[in-house]
Amino acid sequence: MSDKRITDSGIEINSLYNTPIPMEELSGQFPFTRGIQSDMYRGRHWTMRQYAGFSTAEESNKRYKYLLANGTMGLSVAFDLPTQIGYDSTHAMSEGEVGKVGVAIDTLRDIEILFDGIELEKITTSMTINATASTLLAMYIALAKKQGADIQKISGTIQNDILKEYAARGTYIYPPKPSMRIITDIFEYCSKEVPKWNTISISGYHIREAGSTAVQEIAFTLSNAKAYAKAAIEKGLDINVFGQRLSFFFNAHNNFFEEIAKFRAARRMWAKMAKELGATNPKAQMLRFHTQTGGSTLQAQQSDTNIVRVTLQALAAVMGGTQSLHTNGFDEALSLPTENAARIALRTQQIIAYESGVVDTVDPMGGSFFVEELTNQIESEAWKYIEKIDAMGGAVSAIEEGFMQKEIADASYRYQKEIENNQKVIVGVNKFTAEEEVTPPLFRVDDSIRKIQTEKIAQVKAERNEKNVQQLLAKLEQNANDGSNLMPTIIESVEAYATLGEVADVLRKTFGEYRA
Amino acid sequence: MNRPIRVLVAKVGLDGHDRGAKVIATALRDAGMEVIYTGLRQTPEMVVQAALQEDVDVIGVSILSGAHNTVFPRIIELLKKEGLNDVLVTGGGIIPNEDMVELTKLGVGKLFAPGAHTNEISDYIKNWVAQNRQF
Repeated sequence: MSDKRITDSGIEINSLYNTPIPMEELSGQFPFTRGIQSDMYRGRHWTMRQYAGFSTAEESNKRYKYLLANGTMGLSVAFDLPTQIGYDSTHAMSEGEVGKVGVAIDTLRDIEILFDGIELEKITTSMTINATASTLLAMYIALAKKQGADIQKISGTIQNDILKEYAARGTYIYPPKPSMRIITDIFEYCSKEVPKWNTISISGYHIREAGSTAVQEIAFTLSNAKAYAKAAIEKGLDINVFGQRLSFFFNAHNNFFEEIAKFRAARRMWAKMAKELGATNPKAQMLRFHTQTGGSTLQAQQSDTNIVRVTLQALAAVMGGTQSLHTNGFDEALSLPTENAARIALRTQQIIAYESGVVDTVDPMGGSFFVEELTNQIESEAWKYIEKIDAMGGAVSAIEEGFMQKEIADASYRYQKEIENNQKVIVGVNKFTAEEEVTPPLFRVDDSIRKIQTEKIAQVKAERNEKNVQQLLAKLEQNANDGSNLMPTIIESVEAYATLGEVADVLRKTFGEYRA
Repeated sequence: MNRPIRVLVAKVGLDGHDRGAKVIATALRDAGMEVIYTGLRQTPEMVVQAALQEDVDVIGVSILSGAHNTVFPRIIELLKKEGLNDVLVTGGGIIPNEDMVELTKLGVGKLFAPGAHTNEISDYIKNWVAQNRQF
């Protein structure tokens, strides 16, 4: 092993840090390096929010009830790819994909089944949905109203971060400009009608999964955040209002201290950035974030050892001050998590929260020579990227020019080569390998789901008022053309049981489709 | 060999996870092959058409969405229909072992799991072409 120790972000680590770096900040105060609340987990733990969803709404509903019965504190819905890309289950592109990576949602009927027996006013729900976020939020609002909930009180999060879809995750539909318009329409609508809703979760998670470094993860995410904030300000929205509903989503990988420092740096950077954009209310300067442990760090080989990786990553997220956390199942390099793997993942969080003692004081690494220095270094490296992106005209231009995509691809190739050259050790993959592999029981979604969904759509269509639906879709097209806020008509359309695909098709017609 | 090995690296279906596809494309290029990467959201029809037009030796499909049991058989079927009998269909992603076995029976080549070494993949392709190329 060489004498040099370098993190994935290229930061060289010294053998000893002995220069004190003043850390006189208090938690809960600008620029929030030490945490957004003064008492952090002494007040209450982070929200243990396990991402789940598969097959039909009926099956996913059972998993949510299981998770709630076992102490999960908020729901997090995974949608299948057709739902994410605006295709009904019946569409030709949906073949083989229905219910696979998440639950299939075609109409409000599916959402009614998905949350059957769950009161939306009493829980918070996070939905990983981007290009079709407006439609899924509309369905959630429609159901809340049906349940008799006060929509001023319901809370949750839609991911709604389209820029990282172009840069890293791939579930875009429309070109960037109309996509940004849909997003700011949602900001505007929610600030009045659903004020507790987190209207966006600006995500570094997928940028990291696609292969970026920790520094790139926060740099690109904050650049994207700046683009959304600027677009909203241009629309005439007040950053002190919409800024309070911006949330973030980061990854937690294996390099323990670099991850902790990354979270601290991100908080400080966003506080400065938001202030510069005009936010004066501290709540609009606070970076609130969800963390998920690193899916791409999970190994197919000796998969039970992933439990340890997840523990380390989750610990870094907690010591970095996360507001909510998803821990991965150990079998996810092989399939969606089995119920057993999902249970162990949740228990991991509970052990950290209730047994480890790391929650007893705020920002336990604050003042560490090493972590303060690393926080500063990550911040300064990330600002360099942000300045470069600013010089390109901001995140939208940087993505259109392929800058982020290339940086991510280069970093991911470098990483792969380091593993293959044994410069980087992955236990069970390039060191301490085992001859015999025991495959754990796998979770499967069978291919009959598409047929079930097809029948459900047919039934809904037979029962709905067709004329009303067509009128609403025509009104939506008009809204899309004349620039008025799309949300009210999308809500009316889904309430009349228009399908997700029908709504997306109206917007496709007006906005066109993005081609990478 | 009278020309470099030509490989079509494809993302089929709605899956947007293209980290692996891009790494493999770069690694195969570094191993001296000519690589065409399709980009996202291809249908089996588009992939087979591209394979035909680009006259490739190999189609490498990356799939992490669970749609492999739909996508691979369809590609094999279309290749047969086009009379492309000398094209290797290989790939990788999140594919359970027993599915790999079943797909192999249908005529799909070796499928690689996460953690596979890129040299292992390029060696497999080189060997296959050396043994099967008909010109």
